[in-house]
Amino acid sequence: MAARGTRGQGLMARAAASPHIVWSVLFIIAPLLFVVYYTFTDADGAFTTENVSRLFTSNYVLIFVNSVCLAFIATVICLVIAYPTAYLFSRMKAKRQRAAVLLIMIPLWMNFLITTYSWMTLLEDTGIINSALRRIGLGAAHMINTPGAVVVGMVFCFLPYMILPIYTVMSGIDEKLLEASADLGCNGWQRLVRVVMPMSLSGVVSGITMVFVPSISTFYISQKLGGGTFQLIGDTIESYFVGSAINYHFGAALSLVLMVLILISMAVMNHYTDSESGERTKMV
Amino acid sequence: MKVLGRLWLILVFIFLYAPIAVMILISFNSGESTTEMQGLSLYWYRELFRDKATLEALKNTLLLSVSAAVLSTVIGTLAAVGIDRMKNRFMRGAVMSVTNIPMMNPDIVTGISLMLLFVFVGTLLGLESYLSFWTLLIAHVTFNLPYVILSVLPKIKQMDKNIPEAALDLGCTPWQSFFRVELPFIMPGIATGFIMAFTLSFDDFVISNFTSGSSFETLTIHIYSMIKKSVKPDIYALSTLIFAVVLLLLVVSNLSDRDGEPAKEKSPERRGAARFRGKEGGAAK
Repeated sequence: MAARGTRGQGLMARAAASPHIVWSVLFIIAPLLFVVYYTFTDADGAFTTENVSRLFTSNYVLIFVNSVCLAFIATVICLVIAYPTAYLFSRMKAKRQRAAVLLIMIPLWMNFLITTYSWMTLLEDTGIINSALRRIGLGAAHMINTPGAVVVGMVFCFLPYMILPIYTVMSGIDEKLLEASADLGCNGWQRLVRVVMPMSLSGVVSGITMVFVPSISTFYISQKLGGGTFQLIGDTIESYFVGSAINYHFGAALSLVLMVLILISMAVMNHYTDSESGERTKMV
Repeated sequence: MKVLGRLWLILVFIFLYAPIAVMILISFNSGESTTEMQGLSLYWYRELFRDKATLEALKNTLLLSVSAAVLSTVIGTLAAVGIDRMKNRFMRGAVMSVTNIPMMNPDIVTGISLMLLFVFVGTLLGLESYLSFWTLLIAHVTFNLPYVILSVLPKIKQMDKNIPEAALDLGCTPWQSFFRVELPFIMPGIATGFIMAFTLSFDDFVISNFTSGSSFETLTIHIYSMIKKSVKPDIYALSTLIFAVVLLLLVVSNLSDRDGEPAKEKSPERRGAARFRGKEGGAAK
């Protein structure tokens, strides 16, 4: 009886996951294979490597370099802002921590298209910041349609994704460890550098991926705040799929490279931190 | 040091709330400008409720996010049950890796990969317009599934496996033991997954941008097309209303579980991760 029950459960279990497995094959794996298929075919469906070789012309290399640079700068700025913020949060009283986390999450619930548009209102030549500058007698600054404005937009949109994982890890650090380090003669600064920082590394890593990946692939932020004066990978990909110059094959090649780039960097980073944090934990 | 810390936090919050403050302020503008306040009025809120296209888009979005959330919660919960019981480690690892792909891939890649599939199948079948409500639904369920599975799986792992076995020994059929014993236990995980799926869908822009046709416009797609032209404050009025609803829900849910779990267990990281898709995706959103 019991045996039949177990076997029945085993069968049921296999059947339970099957809709998901079928779904994954049809709508996760198959679409990715289509990206590869379109990358290596031309409009007639014949095999070609032209789409890939076209990627290595100076024009597209420049777009890739630009995107990586802007996303990198945005990620570094997010980290610099988020780390002390998360640390300050984790030192607050429990009740205040909750409120603070809630306040960080609320902007995430806003429609990003609209908040990005609000930044236009703020940064425009005749916008709110410039009128304020003029009123207090400082000259106006040209901000909109510059790479700087795009970075501001990225930092705004993705900063909470840096703060939240770092905060989560920091708030999980055992209070006793910090007390022990103080007893053993660490001052506040040493405690931060020697105890808190190594232990919060995993949060930093997930924060970095959560900021870098959407930053490098965004297209609406650069369209709105960059004013189309320069192109990022996301803009370029979008223009080949829904824009005026539709070319699925070349667009697929661009996406394939973007995907491979991101997967490789994530794999490298995960590998690096797994061994790193593993060692640290052992040491602690 | 303390003063410095406080000042730092104030600056961070000013940065995060400046565009939201602008949005709320401008939504009450009496003029058409989105940069200059000409006077206070509720004009744009009235306009908003007269705008059929926006209301239609809101209705579409609700229909889509509820359907996508229901479907992904059902498939995802079953999948979590199945994955938990998989004996074959390799198989299990493979399923989990594939499940995580839409979470790790940039939304734009998920979006265009699905679009290519739809384009290919659509042309093969000789359909003229293949992008519709159904392609959107498929896309949304696909990016929701990992979040549902990741909310339900830990709950199943927490469950003492002796309990369903005891139910079997006491004469339950496997079905009864699942529905009467296991399901109630993992319900909180299912609820979290459902809510997450709903908000991700509601907020998604990037993936919808590539998988929706002209026949079915969601709110974010509608906003995107409005932003391409000139923006009037009515879009700010709409966002202010959504902001108010979200704020209300968050405050209520926070007050209601004040006596419940401590803040640390609420896993802001996970919720953050969810929003993350949403963001560029959802928020993108």
